[in-house]
Amino acid sequence: MRKIIFGLLAYLLVCVDVMAVSSDKALVAEGEYLATAADCVACHTAPGEKPFAGGLAFELPFGTLYTPNITPDAETGIGDWTDDEFVRALQEGISREGEHYYPAFPYTSYTKMPREDILAIKAYLFSLEPVHQPARENDIGFPFNQRWGMYLWNFVFLDDKRFQPDLDQSEAWNRGAYLVNGPGHCGECHTPRNIFQATQSSELFAGADIGGWRAYNITSSDSHGIGQWSEDQLVSYFSEGYAEGHGVAGGPMAEVVEYSLRHLSESDLRAIATYLKATDPKAVGVPRPAVKPKLAGAPLNEDLGSKIFADACVSCHQWDGRGNQSPTATLSGLKTVSDPRASNLLGILLEGNPASSLPVNHRMPDFGAIYNDQELAALATFVLSHFGRLDTAIEPEQVGERRSLSLH
Amino acid sequence: MLTLNVNGTTHQVDVPGDMPLLWVIRDILKLTGTKFGCGIAQCGACTVHMDGKPVRSCVLPVQSVAGQEITTIEGISEKPLARKVQRAWLDHEVAQCGYCQSGQIMSALALLNDQTSINDHAIDLAMAGNLCRCATYTRIREAIKDVSESVGVWQP
Amino acid sequence: MKDQQVKLEMASRRRFLKGISAALGGLVVGAWLPPMAPKSAAAEAVAQGKASLGDSLADGFGAFVRVGHDGRVALISPKAEMGQGIQTGIAMMVAEELEVGLDQIDIQEAPPNAELYTDALLQFQATGGSTSTRYTWEPLRRAGATARMLLVRAAASVWETDSNLCHARDGKVFGPTGQKISYGDLVDLAATYALPDDVILKRPEDFHLIGTPATRLDTPTKVNGQAKFTIDLDMPGMLITSARACPVYGGKVRQVDDKAARRVPGVRDIVILEDVVAVTATNTWACFQGLKALNIEWDYGANSKIDSAVVDQKLQDAIQRDGVVATEKGAIDASLQAASSKFEAVYEQPFLSRSPLEPMSCVVHVRDDGCDLWVGTQVPGFAQQTAAAVTGLKPEQVKVHNQWIGGAFGRRLDFDFITQAVRIASKVSYPVKLTWSREEDMTHDLYRPQYADRMTAAVNGEGFPVGWQHRIAGGSIFARYVGSLPASGVDPDAVEVAVDPIYKLDSLKVHFIREEPEVVPVSWWRGVGVLRSTFAIECFVDELAHNAGKDPLSYRKTLLAHKPRVLTALDLLASKVAWDSPVPRGRGRGLAVGEVFGSIVVTMVELSAIGEKGVRIERLVTVVDCGLVTNPTSVKAQMEGGTLFGLSAALFNEIDIKGGQVQQENFHAYRQLRISEAPPVEVHIVPSAEAPGGVGEAGTALIGPALLNAVNATFGDRVRRLPLVRSGYFIA
Repeated sequence: MRKIIFGLLAYLLVCVDVMAVSSDKALVAEGEYLATAADCVACHTAPGEKPFAGGLAFELPFGTLYTPNITPDAETGIGDWTDDEFVRALQEGISREGEHYYPAFPYTSYTKMPREDILAIKAYLFSLEPVHQPARENDIGFPFNQRWGMYLWNFVFLDDKRFQPDLDQSEAWNRGAYLVNGPGHCGECHTPRNIFQATQSSELFAGADIGGWRAYNITSSDSHGIGQWSEDQLVSYFSEGYAEGHGVAGGPMAEVVEYSLRHLSESDLRAIATYLKATDPKAVGVPRPAVKPKLAGAPLNEDLGSKIFADACVSCHQWDGRGNQSPTATLSGLKTVSDPRASNLLGILLEGNPASSLPVNHRMPDFGAIYNDQELAALATFVLSHFGRLDTAIEPEQVGERRSLSLH
Repeated sequence: MLTLNVNGTTHQVDVPGDMPLLWVIRDILKLTGTKFGCGIAQCGACTVHMDGKPVRSCVLPVQSVAGQEITTIEGISEKPLARKVQRAWLDHEVAQCGYCQSGQIMSALALLNDQTSINDHAIDLAMAGNLCRCATYTRIREAIKDVSESVGVWQP
Repeated sequence: MKDQQVKLEMASRRRFLKGISAALGGLVVGAWLPPMAPKSAAAEAVAQGKASLGDSLADGFGAFVRVGHDGRVALISPKAEMGQGIQTGIAMMVAEELEVGLDQIDIQEAPPNAELYTDALLQFQATGGSTSTRYTWEPLRRAGATARMLLVRAAASVWETDSNLCHARDGKVFGPTGQKISYGDLVDLAATYALPDDVILKRPEDFHLIGTPATRLDTPTKVNGQAKFTIDLDMPGMLITSARACPVYGGKVRQVDDKAARRVPGVRDIVILEDVVAVTATNTWACFQGLKALNIEWDYGANSKIDSAVVDQKLQDAIQRDGVVATEKGAIDASLQAASSKFEAVYEQPFLSRSPLEPMSCVVHVRDDGCDLWVGTQVPGFAQQTAAAVTGLKPEQVKVHNQWIGGAFGRRLDFDFITQAVRIASKVSYPVKLTWSREEDMTHDLYRPQYADRMTAAVNGEGFPVGWQHRIAGGSIFARYVGSLPASGVDPDAVEVAVDPIYKLDSLKVHFIREEPEVVPVSWWRGVGVLRSTFAIECFVDELAHNAGKDPLSYRKTLLAHKPRVLTALDLLASKVAWDSPVPRGRGRGLAVGEVFGSIVVTMVELSAIGEKGVRIERLVTVVDCGLVTNPTSVKAQMEGGTLFGLSAALFNEIDIKGGQVQQENFHAYRQLRISEAPPVEVHIVPSAEAPGGVGEAGTALIGPALLNAVNATFGDRVRRLPLVRSGYFIA
């Protein structure tokens, strides 16, 4: 009898163990998906270094921040963090040592995630190979290095609440709202910030500047936002980084597509589209070009801008801007060539679009090294005029300023 | 299987859709006149015609050209204008190492096919995407000018 | 078919060696003997009168020329065709003396054979250093003439007449009474004769082919896509391979996760070597995708700490020191003390990549009993040796099939990519074609070294230099290529021209201060050491003229009174550009002059200023005296292309190093001159009956200083560091 009981116990123990393992696997998989949706890897990886080992620099108005190592290395990573500590970091923006994070870490969005989702992410991170890589010291000047200031900031700006579904809305809308406002933290870039660097809820998704890039208005506005995009176009943009008539994702958005969005399920991408198309429209920012500009051939005048376009750009984009080379190279009708500040135009010229995991025709080389400010100003002026029908002269100083705005 | 029309011949090729047209032409169809130079559309050595327009085959996923007419350097010699261009290239001793010249000729031919009025500026705009490390540019210009004159489209 | 061909062996080396050394005088670059290519034993034997070159040919084939029964002439070219038109030039030399048409000649690539094909100027079998015409001029004409003499003798014997009464023309021998026999019918008899030792070459005034513009033999297939370069070859059973070497020179592979790479459709094998990972696949795209999918962990090694700023600083420090004295004439210290004024300036030149448009490519088949290499190389002998060393085969088991080269500029004097291809091929059972991506090609080039030159002149009361001290700091290409410096401790390439400037100076002292960058390997770049020193000297002399308030052309003429050929070239330039008439407002002209590669070159650039920093090149004129011209079309083409090649680099190019890694990966970051910014190059050839000079690099060597001198004349800004864009200028 005793034997039997022991046997039964042993059997049960084995079962429990097996169940634990399989549920661990499921948890890790779920955590991986959520970590992907939250795009942790994009910020917590330095160029050429190991994923999640941190060290990426953020050049912010008040100094330089370096992202920490979030691999399970006990000494330099988060290997000996407890569940509570991890949850507190993501929901309250408070480190294990009790210090406040700067809101470059999007805990104001992650706070919408429930404890179980956050712990799934933790389980995933803990399943990774530990990387021994000490964090780099931040380089933040006074008064911003006074982290106690963040108490006040959080008091005013941190809405420490989990996502609550709106039962009047569809399941897809709710799923989209959660992904967009929680892990996806879209508003961190697409919602303007106030002078305290907090996102303005009244202007949700109305577009903002980040590292010199314009994160465009993604409200449902027909004139300025994504109101005229079809759901399929949005899904195509998320999954392939390109939507016909709307161009290729560039700058930080290209990274979001590469590391995050394209790995999400189609139903989740459709949910995001559903939610975005139902947001409050805001008619601000760069308007969508109202009418597609007349297709133009090669220019007749011999200016520096058109010369450089002929040298380095026309091979893909073509003079008519239709990119008959490949539709992804279409320029006509894009906001990028219709923004009088030329923010993203200069951004893409200076930084290119490496997007190495995307098809060859999505990539663009960076031209910041071989052309100086005067040359790029002339090129941008030509592009705005030729494809955007804008009579705006971009000055070399604008290019110089844009160079200094690099996020990393 | 993708169906490709190259130099008037239909080919069935079993390749990933994201393979650039260049490698299909060179490695699968074994038409090696079209050259690999940079892989990022900055040198023009891979120039072919797609429905008569010059395109850089190194950045063109093959799936996006299915159904369109592709012409490579090997497929132009039947056309009188192309023969004029090739003749001019020889008369002006354009080629040095010759590696870029397939692309140069394809760009020049597209310009001549397309334009009813050609001058130096038009040559700059049409040919600036084609690098030549031997720097045969002066002769390329002269050769194009020569053909333009002979077909009556040179308008300085 | 061997026995059906008659092989007429040609070159009497004794005479040609004498001829070459007389013709080239002091222009031979030091006597250096790469360990892999001993000085031609056959040439030595010939020079001592002990043997004719043909004696060492087991199969009896001629070294350079064979005439077949069909009358066609096989020309075995000791020089590789890389766009310079040399094979046409050599064919002209042979055709001229052999009295055949160019259309009767078939060109074959010479196999590796140090005995036969060692270039007497370079002293190994190679194509480079602008020596090809200079080296082949005598032996190849002699080869043609010898064959012609034997054929004429054979005809005379058939007709039982005196060979002096017969003559050859158009591949036939004509007799005194109008008889004629074609060469093909004479070869069997001619082959039985001993080689003549009284070969007489034609007088230049009797040339009917040499000196006339000839159409290149290799271009017809280059305009219709039929020309095959290495990258175009296909062999039965061959797979493509592409490689990624450690991004930091000297680094090693630590570990490789190839799971994702193996899943790429078409990928066959992953080959992991000490410092390189390669993928083999059924097509190039699959190779590239496979390489991208590899997760390689590198051990970057010590060089990963080095940035461009470190190299800069080391050179700045080095230039303050004295180095090994390369030459000392007169007493420079006394000159400097006695001088009414002194002038010093430092000139800097960057690392440069060769970046030919055909990326490195090599087809290799390694078998147990042999190895075949199909590769466009400037050094077939080294290709053979490296393949033998990697495989453990004997050199004679390695066959090198040289190919047309899609641009070299020095790149294919290196054989690193051949070694790599053989290493990869040794690990697989099938032939492979190595093809590098452009990114691999640009970041794993060997680079023209960064240099700094400090020049200090003792200037007399009229503003002319009495003498100067010239300190040259940088890495040694010679030592890297040959294995070590000569006993003198001086890199003969780095100080070439500097130790023998064309200007008349009472005192001269040149220091070579070796300062190896370590972080990247250094190598030849079109123009080599000649370009290096000419840049510093021609900028410096221009500054001296400017300081003296004198016209830079007449100033140079004063210092060149002892160089009548140079004066003639300068005068020709002055008349072609109307030097004495003033330039319009906003424009300026700069010039540079040199005796380079056995030729004399004067180059002038005229610029206009567009705004503060905008540069427009209005005119580019170059005068060349390269002695007797074989093919004026090729001379002109080389001067045009060489000048613009140099202009491209002088305007735009610089390789930067960060963390030990080359930052320029492709042409979007390593800008090349385009047609829209390439001015026409006006080339004027000085008629001359002097010995031929080289032209492949002559234009390249002069354009840099001419450009910077023109910038000074136009903008009043003395730029002393290349490239020009570094100083904020741009092509407007």
